[in-house]
Amino acid sequence: MNRVAIVSALIAFLVGLSVATFSELRVFLPAILKGAVVTVQVSILSIALFIFLSVLAGIGRARGGRAIRWLSTIYVEVFRGTSLLVILFWMFFVMPEFGVTLSPMFAGVAAIGLNFGAYGAEVVRGAITAVPKGQTEATIALNMSPYRRMTRIVLPQAIAIMIPGMSNLTIELIKATALVSAVTLVDITYAAVQQNQLHYRTVEIFLITMMLYYVLAQFVRFGGEALEEYFTRHLNRRV
Amino acid sequence: MDWDWDFTFETVLPRMWEAAGVTIWATVISFLLALVGGLILMLLKTHRSPWVSRPATEVIEFIRATPLLVQIFFLFFLLPEIGITLPPLTTGILAIGIYNSALCAEVYRAGFQAVPKGQWEACIALNMSTYRTYRDVIIPQSLPPIVPALGNYLVAIFKETPLLSFVAVAEIMQISKLIGAEYYRFTEAVTIAGIFFLVMSLVAAFLIRIVENYVKRSILH
Repeated sequence: MNRVAIVSALIAFLVGLSVATFSELRVFLPAILKGAVVTVQVSILSIALFIFLSVLAGIGRARGGRAIRWLSTIYVEVFRGTSLLVILFWMFFVMPEFGVTLSPMFAGVAAIGLNFGAYGAEVVRGAITAVPKGQTEATIALNMSPYRRMTRIVLPQAIAIMIPGMSNLTIELIKATALVSAVTLVDITYAAVQQNQLHYRTVEIFLITMMLYYVLAQFVRFGGEALEEYFTRHLNRRV
Repeated sequence: MDWDWDFTFETVLPRMWEAAGVTIWATVISFLLALVGGLILMLLKTHRSPWVSRPATEVIEFIRATPLLVQIFFLFFLLPEIGITLPPLTTGILAIGIYNSALCAEVYRAGFQAVPKGQWEACIALNMSTYRTYRDVIIPQSLPPIVPALGNYLVAIFKETPLLSFVAVAEIMQISKLIGAEYYRFTEAVTIAGIFFLVMSLVAAFLIRIVENYVKRSILH
């Protein structure tokens, strides 16, 4: 809690300072905040897709049959190996050639979700394999169905292990949303570049932009810490 | 979908070939910058005086918490304003180098902290100079965890270079965008860019594994 207080005090101080110092703030801040709304939208949607794909491909790689394991491995290698920007361009410019036209928002969310899902799958796989093997053996001895084994025993323990890695990736994801400006979405970064071309206030505009991303990242960091605490406490009580 | 092989071989590939050189050049130079910058940041962060280490920690945190793209734009617009005119490629390499310095600093720190404290104490007991302590004892032992992590950052930097297309550096992504805009055919160029990144990352990952094994074997006999 102490760090939350320090960070929010720091943010309040910096915002106050910037309001006091940067007289033209009123001119460009509304546009940047409008961009922040888009960034938050893209972030939330792609975080949902990212978590869904990570869990799916992670379980697939750790516990799937041969075909599923093979499919998830190909997914992970392809989307980890290519650059996010290339995937984004491919979705936006090449998909229409195949007759699938995606809206900029959809292309952005899909590209980011697919790319980070591949990284997240490795985190999830690592967490699942880190759950002691005896747990799985015990559930087999107790004649649990594979589905119940996963949802009741393995995943709850794996979640506590995977949260730090996943929250790091989520912060990376929020930073990566800056790329959606390449497919004509007006997010924080795009708005900042536009405003900079209008007003030539490079230092102010980009410091505010960076601070906005910093604030978003801090939300995720504290959220992740709270979740980790919740899940480990939850586990310890049961054990 | 219609894939035009003539267009691919006569127009796309020759131009992509040149651009691939720019991408690889940018990757290598940014990586070297990040290696040196990371070392400097790490030394500042672990400095004895809190007046040095605290600001260094905050700077590292701030660089890590803001998007690389914004930093590239920031440098790109800021440097000319304060009178430094650099070509976009240099600015971009600088931005990628600084961003990854902050990440590499953590790698170095983790590596050095993994060396048991007794090793330092033994060096003091043996009256070794600081230089010899680092060269013969600390650095060799901290390399095995550092090398694979740095290798991963090399691949990460490689995949970050398409960001340079935002400031019109003629690297592979920019060229495929330009080809797309000139001929109004994005399929071939963008797909080849994707395949290029995929193949290069897989090759790099393979090479890193070899280097990793080599370091493990040659240092920890």
